[in-house]
Amino acid sequence: MPPPADIAAQARAPAATPIPTRATAGGHAGDRVFALTLVALGGAVLLVVGVVVLELYRVAQPALAKGGLRFLIDRDWDPVAGSFGALPFVYGTVVTSAVAIVLAVPISVGMALFLSEMGPPKLRPVVSFLIETLAAIPSVVYGLWGLFVVVPLLRDHVQPALAKTLGFLPLFRGPTIGLGYLAAGVLLAIMILPTVASVTTEVLKTVPPSLREGALALGATRWEAIRMAILPYARPGILGAALLGLGRALGETMAVTMVIGNAPEISASLFAPGYSLPAVIANEFAEATGALHLGALAGLGLVLFGLALVLNSTARLLVRLVARGPRAVA
Amino acid sequence: MKALVLRRAVNVAVTVACGAMVVFAVAPLGSLLWLVVSKGVAGLSLSFFTALPTPVGEPGGGVGNAILGTAMLVGLACLVGLPLGIGAGVFLAERGDGPFGRAVRFTAEVFSGVPSIVIGIVAYGIVVVAMRRFSMIAGALALALLMVPTLARSTEELVRLVPGTLREASLALGVPAWKTSLRVVLRTAAGGILTAVLLAIARAAGETAPLLFTSLNNQYWNVRPDQPTASLTVQIFNYAISPYEDWHQKAWSAALVLLLLVGSLNLLARLALRRSAAGGRA
Repeated sequence: MPPPADIAAQARAPAATPIPTRATAGGHAGDRVFALTLVALGGAVLLVVGVVVLELYRVAQPALAKGGLRFLIDRDWDPVAGSFGALPFVYGTVVTSAVAIVLAVPISVGMALFLSEMGPPKLRPVVSFLIETLAAIPSVVYGLWGLFVVVPLLRDHVQPALAKTLGFLPLFRGPTIGLGYLAAGVLLAIMILPTVASVTTEVLKTVPPSLREGALALGATRWEAIRMAILPYARPGILGAALLGLGRALGETMAVTMVIGNAPEISASLFAPGYSLPAVIANEFAEATGALHLGALAGLGLVLFGLALVLNSTARLLVRLVARGPRAVA
Repeated sequence: MKALVLRRAVNVAVTVACGAMVVFAVAPLGSLLWLVVSKGVAGLSLSFFTALPTPVGEPGGGVGNAILGTAMLVGLACLVGLPLGIGAGVFLAERGDGPFGRAVRFTAEVFSGVPSIVIGIVAYGIVVVAMRRFSMIAGALALALLMVPTLARSTEELVRLVPGTLREASLALGVPAWKTSLRVVLRTAAGGILTAVLLAIARAAGETAPLLFTSLNNQYWNVRPDQPTASLTVQIFNYAISPYEDWHQKAWSAALVLLLLVGSLNLLARLALRRSAAGGRA
């Protein structure tokens, strides 16, 4: 996964590098060779993406030929009987990602505001170092920690408390076993936090200081300046940060596989075990029963690929929109 | 108009709440690092780094073959991934301001968000299907494909940090543009590129999902690229989801080894960046 700093870096305008003009570039044979080599290497990136799309489609072909993407809304997943309905996985991915976003976005935005607008500036490098460390931890280690720390914590303390206070909602009912949608969502929230927080911080940096200063000069408190001047300006960028986080949450495999319970069912309760799109690919791909099974799993991969493309490009356009600078705020 | 006291109280309350968010965000990191270190240290010994895994219940044993497997997978991935990724990054920094460059940049950015398990399927389709068995080379291909887009973007960022005046001085002295790029700009950016490479290696070493059905796993030593291979991450996964207490212990120890590996690569990357940044400024 990309380090958040890398994603965030593009919120800043790229530094202008003087590019040799056509006159100098065409002067030497060496220049032409060098330029051609570079263009070929750049083109290789496009080629790699092209190969990825074609290959995914090729592996998914047997399943797609049997009825297109309709298998996404069928409920029954039974590879032995040859029925491949992926709705439980789609549902699990949607629910766990939603839990992750609901938890991670307020925490990330609060943290970004505290660091860039409220707290002591000396805290900034310390916390940003910790957040980078959080982003560098491999997801299988998160899964291990989730399995032996988050799951027991939820089972013994959080879930009973939720059932007691909010048990009237169908979301918080049923046996408290720990493994399930809630555990996966909490773990995902922790994992996407560095992305959302660092992109939000970058977005806040691009808010023109005059907005903040104007609000403060008119007598607003810090929070009022944030609420009335800064947040409205930064809102598309923060939405972009949340979408980038969502993109990561949808595709996260190992940690979710280890704590979601791996039950291909659809349950209203967040306490129940479920399954997600990447988790089913991870668990079944190596032992798939035939071309159709492989095809169905690759089809799910194709869906993940498409979702990631849409979310990432939208998010990046939104972040760029804010970074582009002074504009009328609606 | 609300009373000033009330408005100030709200301001303080929000500040405290946002400060609490910082604590919320950092607490899991503390818990995770503490547990991996405290639980992992118990199982560490010299033989843990050198021995083969033992069956459940049998004392001793280690993850030596998995450490070698991870090293070889990442090494093979670097053979393909580094030239492509760095090359594309240099292209973006040096010639990437036209419409073609913008298209490549946008593609690389968006592609870096693609879930790694999807790339595993691609490597499966290209290598495993053709060879009719799981192999190290398939896992390495998946890791290489994952490296390219992020490496290209970070290389670009770091090459662009080179002051434009260096290039201008070189061009003004009559050095051809290509020589200026290679001998002045890229040499100055070498520390930055090293940082990007180290981070890419650290990320590749921590990948699990794309290896599950490409390099699979192996209980024995393997150095042949056409055979299934153990890796540290897949081994941690298998140990963690097993029902056995002593395998859980091994999962923690292996996680500690992985964290030390990834952590030291990140540390080296920071040092390289600091050195290059200092050089650029001087």
